Amino acid sequence: MRIEDKLYLIGYNIDEEESHLGISDPNECKRCQGRPCTYVCPAGVYSYDDEEEKLSINYDACVECGTCRIVCSYITWRYPRGGFGVQYKFG
Amino acid sequence: MRKNDFDVIIVGAGPAGLAAGYVLAKEGINVAIIERGIFPGSKNVMGGIFYRSSLDDLIPDFYKEAPLERHIIEQKVWFLSDDSMFSAGLKSERYNVEPYNCFSVFRAKFDKWFAKKVSDASAMIINETVVRELILKRGKVVGVRTDRPNGDLYCDVVISAEGVNSFLPKSLGLRKKINANNVALGVKEVIELPDKVINDRFGVSNSSEGVTIEITGPYFNEMRAMGFVYTNRNSLSVGIGAVIEDLVRLKMNPNDLLETLKSHPAIKPLVSGGETKEYMAHMIPEGGYYSMPKLYHDGFMVVGDAAMLVNSIHREGANLAIESGKLAAKTYIEARKKGDFSQRALSAYQKRLEESFVLKDLKTYKNLPKLLEEKKYLISKYPKFLIDAMYEIYNVDRVPKSEKIKLILNKAKKEIGYFSIIKDIFSVWRNLR
Repeated sequence: MRIEDKLYLIGYNIDEEESHLGISDPNECKRCQGRPCTYVCPAGVYSYDDEEEKLSINYDACVECGTCRIVCSYITWRYPRGGFGVQYKFG
Repeated sequence: MRKNDFDVIIVGAGPAGLAAGYVLAKEGINVAIIERGIFPGSKNVMGGIFYRSSLDDLIPDFYKEAPLERHIIEQKVWFLSDDSMFSAGLKSERYNVEPYNCFSVFRAKFDKWFAKKVSDASAMIINETVVRELILKRGKVVGVRTDRPNGDLYCDVVISAEGVNSFLPKSLGLRKKINANNVALGVKEVIELPDKVINDRFGVSNSSEGVTIEITGPYFNEMRAMGFVYTNRNSLSVGIGAVIEDLVRLKMNPNDLLETLKSHPAIKPLVSGGETKEYMAHMIPEGGYYSMPKLYHDGFMVVGDAAMLVNSIHREGANLAIESGKLAAKTYIEARKKGDFSQRALSAYQKRLEESFVLKDLKTYKNLPKLLEEKKYLISKYPKFLIDAMYEIYNVDRVPKSEKIKLILNKAKKEIGYFSIIKDIFSVWRNLR
């Protein structure tokens, strides 16, 4: 199963107003070797567009594990606002 | 000076925070637990095995009413290579009698139930609220700033039970940034199957008996990773936890890892025909004893995953969390009698933990994370040798057994080296003493 199909199985209360994820310096993504955020995230939140030289962050799929903030110190990670974000049925 | 809103504020309604809240509420202390999910457990994940003893001490016979899946009567370790599996383990009728040793559980259900017990004991649980920072007065923690309007709350002591992604201990300088060697990423799927199918596939006689399988070996290519399959009542929990540094080094995608594990010839027949119901991920603090933060500050204590209290070798975590929550609560109760919530008074929490099985166990394995970092081959080379040796022994090809044993010993000499074997045995022994 692809990550995309698995994410449909997860309940979310998406915060339409603000993202809890960001990049403190987008220029660093251009220089970054290997861009670990693009493959290590279990929800596939990060992807890099080579033509536009830009990292896109699909924050509403985030499962709030925090792995991205361990592998990259330019990722600004905070908890979503109270009540928003992932909601597991089993956990 | 502003009056306290609560005596104690606990940040996070997981097992550690709830245990602390329960002990305090039972003593009549005015305690609030702040939870960022819509209910306690909604954001919590673990592999799924919960050891009874620490909670039973708090809520006797809890297992008779808590939402549990199966009690575990057989625990196996599978050493996998690409095409083989060597199995070891124990099934015992002694695990099949009440009050049982451990259970498979779902945290979203279990934590919700536990939280109900805690609020029935008159602790206040405040859901859908994030603590953004601590409020300090002359260096002492006096409250928390939440993301609610006018959301400052004051108290004697704050207990950080925020889990692995904890920010409050770091803001006080109790620890540095968590590094990729000290944490694993766990990914897991809940795969639904009829209970009768599970009973047959795992060789148990009814739907309350359960089996666990821990998976290691050369299959993981020297990656510090562990797979697992746990039986729930009508589903299996199948997952894999890998040290993040290794995932990055080998450019691994965690979902790909899980998918290939599910397709391994030893795993596939177990999950076949099942329907995936949920996919989840969570970090696991696996750095052990040396990765722990300082556990107390003026008006502040750290418990559970936030304190890195996980015994990854024995997949124990929630029970250590509960134990630490209890000990932090007891420390507060003592401190309250003297009206002293200073660092010095709260350092008794550290002493209590040191005297309990929690830190005794973490100390036993304190050198293991470093050993496995330096000698990653220990988890692949020896199991591989074992699998190949067993294969030779069972494979009848008209070569006499005496010659096979000679071949196996020669292989050990050539591929690993007698001297290296002795050195490795010595270093494992020395590090586990």
